Amino acid sequence: MIQIKGLHKWFRNHHVLQGVDLEIKEGETLVIIGRSGCGKSVLLKHIIGLLIPDEGKVFIEGVDLFSVSPDELDRFRLKLGVLFQGAALFDSLTVKGNVGFSLYEHAKLPEPAVAAKVKEKLALVGLSNIETLMPSELSGGMKKRVGLARAICNDPKIILYDEPTTGLDPINADAINELILAMQKKLKVTSIVVTHDMTSAYKVGNRIAMLYNGSIIGIGTPDEIKQTAHPIIRQFVTGSAVGPITAAAQEYTA
Amino acid sequence: MPTEIDKIKRIVSLRVWLAKVGDQSIKLASVAGGLSYLLRDTWQIMTSTRLRWPATLEQMYKIGVMSLPLVFLTSLFTGIVLALQSAYQLRLFAAEQFTSDLISLSMTRELGPVLTAMVVAGRVGASIAAELGTMKVTEQIDALTALAANPIRYLVVPRFVAAVLMLFVLTIYADCIGMLGGYMIAVFKLGISSPQYIKRSFDVLLIKDVMSGLIKGFFFGGIISLVGCYFGFNAEGGAEGVGRATTMAVVTALVLIIFSDALFTAVFYFI
Repeated sequence: MIQIKGLHKWFRNHHVLQGVDLEIKEGETLVIIGRSGCGKSVLLKHIIGLLIPDEGKVFIEGVDLFSVSPDELDRFRLKLGVLFQGAALFDSLTVKGNVGFSLYEHAKLPEPAVAAKVKEKLALVGLSNIETLMPSELSGGMKKRVGLARAICNDPKIILYDEPTTGLDPINADAINELILAMQKKLKVTSIVVTHDMTSAYKVGNRIAMLYNGSIIGIGTPDEIKQTAHPIIRQFVTGSAVGPITAAAQEYTA
Repeated sequence: MPTEIDKIKRIVSLRVWLAKVGDQSIKLASVAGGLSYLLRDTWQIMTSTRLRWPATLEQMYKIGVMSLPLVFLTSLFTGIVLALQSAYQLRLFAAEQFTSDLISLSMTRELGPVLTAMVVAGRVGASIAAELGTMKVTEQIDALTALAANPIRYLVVPRFVAAVLMLFVLTIYADCIGMLGGYMIAVFKLGISSPQYIKRSFDVLLIKDVMSGLIKGFFFGGIISLVGCYFGFNAEGGAEGVGRATTMAVVTALVLIIFSDALFTAVFYFI
């Protein structure tokens, strides 16, 4: 479904992605884990076509994302749903305007049809009667849910989640995890979840890949990752302060 | 006698200075390039896609209608000050009746468009940069792109069209209010008769004078909106980045307004 081949990205002198190779199969949920600032979100932005790689390719359904025209790229984007880290709801629009954004912009549906679809998608994320509220009137957990409703409003084939549980209390975080699982079951979508929350990674992922120093250093099922012998992955998933990751960081700063 | 160390220090400080000059030149060139690309993309989208009228009208209200009080005050007081200052000099030659000529010419050719652009750059340019900068750092602009909505069509074009049209209208408004300020002083303080003032004010004006000011207004509107959008789109790193983008937008717009005003004035002088 999605193939990433030899992806490199530089930001000035910083080589963020150093040859990422990854394949995401149809219908699976792949979780990408890694430390904050390791380039997980940068990788995600390449899959949406928000960033252009310095080297390498991203294929969606066999088509190279960076060789198509801007109009075709937009058509691909309509197949994707993205839940941003801070939900990224449009401040100037109501919940209904946010969730139904692509229906107003692209589908040009009549108002009652948009209203019905917005209501349906909000119900799917466990919300109701909030269509007229502004984003500033919502709590953090509600914003993420509305963001998810907006992401699925266009019935996408692929959903990308950028740190879906960050900044939420454990109960809200678990509710979001349940929603990701529900999307998987109800909508049969392919998902990529970027996170450093291991509870969430184990719960929602069919496979987990670890991004470290700009490349994928290991990939496997949640059980394989739990029992891995790889010292870096082991330190990360156990959350230990002592290990090769911190030793390398200390060596670097010394 | 300078020692070897002094010589090395001087070379190092010269290198540091040159590096700074080089760094600033690159930044300046990248802003100029970025603004040119933004203008090209805005123009392309504006001419090839349907204008989003509701958003454009909303921006016209924010940029134009909401600037009316500020432009009113600035122009009125400029007209008053201009009348007093020019009468002060013209009195020496017993030529106070020429106050009207001076005010109508300087308001329409120069002060109307420039002062309007400056106050609008401060009010609207800052607000555009802050709004778009906040959208950028909270990933709302990424979200727009991810939803297959072009941010230039969605955000820049309505602001650009609204600013260009509204600066044109605001310049006419500022010309009239400035002349009203001059009228108040001339008629109530200097004792020039009202019909004489009005007649002289309009007799001295040529179409060319009025048009040169209005053309400036058009361009200043474009500068204010594009510069605001450019710095908003390039804001980075939270609240501090948005603050920096806002300051840069206002400063750059003001410099470009003054610079292009000099350029336009020189061109209009010769044609």
